[in-house]
Amino acid sequence: MRPSTWAGARPSPGPRRLSYRLSRALWVAACLAPALLLFTVVVAYPILSAMAYSLFRWDGIIRGGFAGLANFRRLFGQYPYSARMLTAFWHNVWTFVLTMVIQNGLGLLFAALLAGRTWGAGAYRAIFFMPVTLSLVIVGFLWQLFLNPVWGIVNKGLALIGLARLTLPWLGDAHTALVSIVLVNAWRWVGFPTIVFLAGMQAVPDEYLEAARLDGAGSGAIFRRVLLPLIAPQVNIIVILTFIGAFNWFELPYVMQGVTGEPNHATDVLGLLFYRSAFGAVDTGNPDVGLGSAIAVVMFALVLAFSSIGAVYLRRREIEA
Amino acid sequence: MTSRSGRPAGGGAWGTMLAVQALLIANSLLVLLPMFFMVLSSFKTTREIFQRPFGFPARWTWQNYTGVWEAAHFGIYFRNSLAVTVAAMALLLVTGTLAAYALARFPFRGNDLIYLYFLTGIMVPIRLAIIPLFILMRDLRLLDTHWSLILVYAASGLPSAIFILAGFFRAVPRELDNAARIDGAGELGILVRVMLPLVRPALAIVTIYNIIPIWNDFFFPLVFIHQDRLKTLPLGLTVFFGEFATNWALLFAGLTLAAAPVVGLYVVMSQQFIKGLTAGAVKG
Repeated sequence: MRPSTWAGARPSPGPRRLSYRLSRALWVAACLAPALLLFTVVVAYPILSAMAYSLFRWDGIIRGGFAGLANFRRLFGQYPYSARMLTAFWHNVWTFVLTMVIQNGLGLLFAALLAGRTWGAGAYRAIFFMPVTLSLVIVGFLWQLFLNPVWGIVNKGLALIGLARLTLPWLGDAHTALVSIVLVNAWRWVGFPTIVFLAGMQAVPDEYLEAARLDGAGSGAIFRRVLLPLIAPQVNIIVILTFIGAFNWFELPYVMQGVTGEPNHATDVLGLLFYRSAFGAVDTGNPDVGLGSAIAVVMFALVLAFSSIGAVYLRRREIEA
Repeated sequence: MTSRSGRPAGGGAWGTMLAVQALLIANSLLVLLPMFFMVLSSFKTTREIFQRPFGFPARWTWQNYTGVWEAAHFGIYFRNSLAVTVAAMALLLVTGTLAAYALARFPFRGNDLIYLYFLTGIMVPIRLAIIPLFILMRDLRLLDTHWSLILVYAASGLPSAIFILAGFFRAVPRELDNAARIDGAGELGILVRVMLPLVRPALAIVTIYNIIPIWNDFFFPLVFIHQDRLKTLPLGLTVFFGEFATNWALLFAGLTLAAAPVVGLYVVMSQQFIKGLTAGAVKG
């Protein structure tokens, strides 16, 4: 990014140069204007407004007077909002933890299996990644049919292999509903961490692994002490993306469990709560824009805090490396 | 055999290899079997799906597909998705390319600042701004039009598009466009004829990175679109599922039909898909 390598390296001033500079400035402005306008009106301004909205009273979608932190006080201190908020929050946390362990754990395992000269690695890679391209609405509905307690192939299959004891009403039981949709989510996404980890492992020079092997390290030790530290940047990115995904989770719970997170809020998450407040209220049926905006601010703060920590950690690692 | 995963070479290599293949095949089945049963069920009757869920249909029939096409406005949903996706991608590619080019190749005061301004949008989940966006679209009289979707998709794709494209534009040698300038080429001509052919790989990455999430998006149509004739495929699918909840044969045919375009494209160009969709997380 040295300025001297840029276009028209600093022409000397003069009448002809001036008109050249003017036309170049006009060209640059014309290039930037559409994107700046679009981004400002449709991204930057709405994001900032979303923060501001949380500080006002609202009647439907008509803005009332300044309300200070009243919306936040309602969100954190008043029933039923505070209870719903806490339930949803813990479901997001639980989703993040389960996804980290199951989906990303499997992703790491598959990446390790696919690295090197594994037979058929290219085909496996392509197969594992395929569901990532599917719409979550398709994935949600498909598994809703499969997980149907009476007619779904999951329970029919379990009965067929002699596990009739395990034929549960997966989506209808408060104990299994959230875990079930987390697993469906993992089914859709597992190819993603697989590919990211795999790319990291393939960048590790063979000599490192060879040297460790010559030093007498076993395969477990090589994985933990050599490979894992070297793919730390990839792990970091996946952790951040998983966190953002878990705390913005909406489609699968909405499609599979409805807008209130059936059964009885067992799959309620912040995304659903936010949507209900904004477009058709937590319990009364009316939109509550003030409350919805407060939830958006909380979600935004969570994502921002976590990804900043992650980014700082990532940068430090890269400097050390 | 050099094993990057740290698996032992030589010795028990055969046993290890078999175990590895077994695990990989098991997961392949876990991915493919649900898709297989989705397609298989779409050729059965609902009664067959319930009674013999794993069996082949007694008589293969396209009846469910013709039924879906006629009963469920699938053709309209499909056209809407196509129109929105193509328009949003065109708007994103044109505005993103112009901005990235200006920021990457022309020095001026505030250049870095504008670049950073765009980049702040990269981590921001735009759907958290849905309330102001709803009010904005209402004020612009764009609610319940495809333009509301097109604008949001193009605008929220800009940060990553500018980041990717600017990186490629910076790598183009200075001599190329300067030579064209000395030959008297206009700025637009230089961009279109000299620069664009050189950044084609970046345009491909930006396209795939955005086109799949746009095609699959459900959240913004859910909020912005109410008329049935304007609904996109994912939203239309929810209407369809509400309407035919007990007709499983029809539901499976609808799911298969909805999944077919993306899966079909994926089979043809999986490498580009994988590269494009992981562009944010994988370097190079």
